[in-house]
Amino acid sequence: MSTEAPSATEKPVQFVHRITVRLVGDSGDGMQLLGQQLTNTSALLGNDVATFPDFPAEIRAPRGTRAGVSGFQVQFASHEVHTPGDTLDALVAMNPAALVTNLADLLKGGLLIVNEDSFEDKDLKLAKLNTSPLEDPSMENYRLIKVPMTRLTKDAVAEFGLSTKEADRCKNFFAMGLVYWLYGRTMDATLRFIHGKFGAGKTDIANANEKALRAGWAYGETIEAIGQSYNVAPAKLPPGKYRNIMGNQALAWGLLAAAQRSGKELFYASYPITPASDILHELARYKNFGACTFQAEDEIAAICSAIGAAYGGQMGVTTSSGPGIALKMEAMGLAVMLELPLLIIDVQRGGPSTGLPTKTEQADLLQVMFGRNGEAPVPVLAARSPGDCFEIIQDAWMLATRLMLPVVVLSDGYIANGAEPWLIPDISQLPALTVKHPEENNNSNGPFKPYLRNELLARPWAIPGTPGLMHRVGGIEKEDGTGNISYDPENHQKMVNIRAQKVANAAKLLPPQQVSGPQSGELLVLSWGGTYGACLTAVEQAQKAGRSVAHAHIRYLNPFPSNLGEILSRYEKVLIPELNMGQLRMLIRSRYLVDAIGYNKVKGKPFTVTELVEKIFELSTSTSR
Amino acid sequence: MSTALPLLKPDDFASDQDIRWCPGCGDYSILAQMKKVLPEIGIPPEKTVFISGIGCSSRFPYYINSYGVHSIHGRAPAVATGLKLSRPDLSVWVITGDGDALSIGGNHFIHLLRRNVDLNIVLFNNRIYGLTKGQYSPTSVEGQITKSTPMGVVDHPLNPISVAVGAEATFIARSVDSNIKHLAGVLKRAAAHRGTSFVEVYQNCNVFNDGAFSYAQDKATRDDATIELEHGKPMIFGKNRDKGIRLNGFTMEVVDLADGKIREDDLLFHDEKADSALVYLLSRMRHPQFPEPIGVFRDVASTTFEEAVRGQIDEAVAQRGRGDLQKLFHSGDTWSVGV
Repeated sequence: MSTEAPSATEKPVQFVHRITVRLVGDSGDGMQLLGQQLTNTSALLGNDVATFPDFPAEIRAPRGTRAGVSGFQVQFASHEVHTPGDTLDALVAMNPAALVTNLADLLKGGLLIVNEDSFEDKDLKLAKLNTSPLEDPSMENYRLIKVPMTRLTKDAVAEFGLSTKEADRCKNFFAMGLVYWLYGRTMDATLRFIHGKFGAGKTDIANANEKALRAGWAYGETIEAIGQSYNVAPAKLPPGKYRNIMGNQALAWGLLAAAQRSGKELFYASYPITPASDILHELARYKNFGACTFQAEDEIAAICSAIGAAYGGQMGVTTSSGPGIALKMEAMGLAVMLELPLLIIDVQRGGPSTGLPTKTEQADLLQVMFGRNGEAPVPVLAARSPGDCFEIIQDAWMLATRLMLPVVVLSDGYIANGAEPWLIPDISQLPALTVKHPEENNNSNGPFKPYLRNELLARPWAIPGTPGLMHRVGGIEKEDGTGNISYDPENHQKMVNIRAQKVANAAKLLPPQQVSGPQSGELLVLSWGGTYGACLTAVEQAQKAGRSVAHAHIRYLNPFPSNLGEILSRYEKVLIPELNMGQLRMLIRSRYLVDAIGYNKVKGKPFTVTELVEKIFELSTSTSR
Repeated sequence: MSTALPLLKPDDFASDQDIRWCPGCGDYSILAQMKKVLPEIGIPPEKTVFISGIGCSSRFPYYINSYGVHSIHGRAPAVATGLKLSRPDLSVWVITGDGDALSIGGNHFIHLLRRNVDLNIVLFNNRIYGLTKGQYSPTSVEGQITKSTPMGVVDHPLNPISVAVGAEATFIARSVDSNIKHLAGVLKRAAAHRGTSFVEVYQNCNVFNDGAFSYAQDKATRDDATIELEHGKPMIFGKNRDKGIRLNGFTMEVVDLADGKIREDDLLFHDEKADSALVYLLSRMRHPQFPEPIGVFRDVASTTFEEAVRGQIDEAVAQRGRGDLQKLFHSGDTWSVGV
């Protein structure tokens, strides 16, 4: 393939600390692919990165309409970043609908790159516009670069004899080339991707995409309208080997690792649901790890089959999102009664009901805490970032097997599809997860007692196939010890207490809560789940501005860390930002009688750092104490 | 393996639990036949798992000294599928009822059958909800008076065998609780089949729907009201074995053999391997127009679900080698940050 394009720009380069770019177009325009490639390339260049893919629930919403706009935002920086950025340094818009729905986030003076070939009357009509936004006086606020991408791409790939449609599809690579030039991104990784993806049997397509990419790069170098390019130096991350990882991928890999560490086969059952399905897709690729994936007939069958596998002595796991978790609740109660290890992963999305399938929210906390009939507590853990999804699974499976109970792991749409650099762990260095199945009868005077307990109140995980330990388990209340059906009032009280105490015992197996910033004082920001990055960044900014504010991020929501109450008591005010209407706040207030203040938003979008900083400023005074 | 085992007796499969079914319930008979058959199958108790849902029948696992799960309403097929997929070495039985399998668990039931998981499902059909004290079920007959239908059932009932045919089950059979020899034989056949074996058992609920199947149970009527399916044999029935079933186009008809005008060769010969369309016609034979078939409707060989699923795992390992996590983590684009 041609190599005529130069690899270094001859124009001036300005180094900056961080860049936030958003790429927007039709849901079929390949914006997600473009974003992922830019993210990967930036990570390979040593930048810290954080991403926010934002796409419609419809696979191919009507072309050119506002409903069909798909976007991908990435921030890459020479320092650590924990959010995809609040405001945009650059916006790349492939059509008018994409432009008008995203322009508000572009900084004044920011770079606005548009495909001017898609601003014809018919395009304006699809976007419900009477006049072209490019003619609007407000364009003076931005550095507008109008690029005839469709035409330039068509010319660039003419030699490959592609159909008009195929040639048109290459234009996202043209846009990519221009962005790569603009930010000094190397093309190697993306070229590898192109030839890997289209290489076999579609070399024309692969070569055309490469040509479009290089043409976009050359366009940046050539046109006078762009006088300089930018670059971002590598970030100083902790030493080690890194890769990019997305939240759902990290969950899948975490499951593979936890299964291997505990000497178990992974039995993973789920029913397709956004935004959790990618976990199923990912695991289905790794059958050579011994992972058994089962796409069940519905959500209930998924969790019930995982319970069956758990009874058989394997690692039973099910995943879903809010609506599916609601369907699984009765079976989760069964797992509570059977006292079997099980992982239930909830990748939260906007609710209630079908809600906002592709948008993020944190509104399932109370559902997983209290959504079952009867007194049915379970440990609840929440991942804080894409990479943390790997870690949290290790914690969850440790708890499930040590305590013999189902454990809920919360993720969300923002974490699931977001990406960040991941310091690759050496799993041989992780402590072993030893799981034992009894082989001897624990009752010298009669049949095996399946509900005899150890010091943590966990019962033995006796599995079918073991001679002499035959026993029956079921959802009816059982007599402690024997596991026989019991309607005895005292026994029921005892069993309810035991099941609650088992969950409480999880705190003994988990590390205490850490606080960053002043260890006591005016204000503590208490966060959980996917808002970690935004809350951390906001607190750091406020601290730099002289505010006395500390940050505690909870990964263990049930039980709370054993020292949390004591931590809360050290601050005058506690602020709990959540992408729900105050669910953690309700738990904190009822548990610790702390009059916590909420900052709540349910717009299907993550917090901006700016809005959190404003709230922190409102609640704190200007001098550090 | 099995030859080395000590000889098992029915009592080896009896648990220490008191049985809590109503006196006179048909479930006792099914339990007794199961305990009789299990030792003959030759799989030891520790390799046997009974899984049930909710309902009177679903208390069954507590009364068998094997491994067992009394799960939640309708979901036993799903629990059993997960168990069998992850532990193909176990012998798994699902015990269910007409409400459990066909109403709340209808979805799991059809998917279990179409997947052909190698397990046995025994449906105790009593055409009533017993444990909740007498509401109509999806197999209750039209017009049946129950607590929830004081003016009679208006729903058209499901025919369990027809549903199983529709889901392309590889083994389909029917028996009657009181016909103990026949029942034991059918259970043994079910256990021997590789793939999902579905057995419907007519079971009398003597409290809420007494006599629902008296035509098939009473010695006086059962020979005329039922017909025993025997592979490769002509379909003959009646106390005097003087009636037969003939296929006339797409319909079954009862014919009289007494006057000798119709010979045995003119009758339908039962074929367990026959096309499912024919099995469906057999399933539609209902009392009193027809004798109701009992025995094995269908027994065909097909790949089991767990064989196929685990086969793909084995194939993936053979092609790509046993997965190495560290290799996976370091695959694709990585970069190093110096100390």
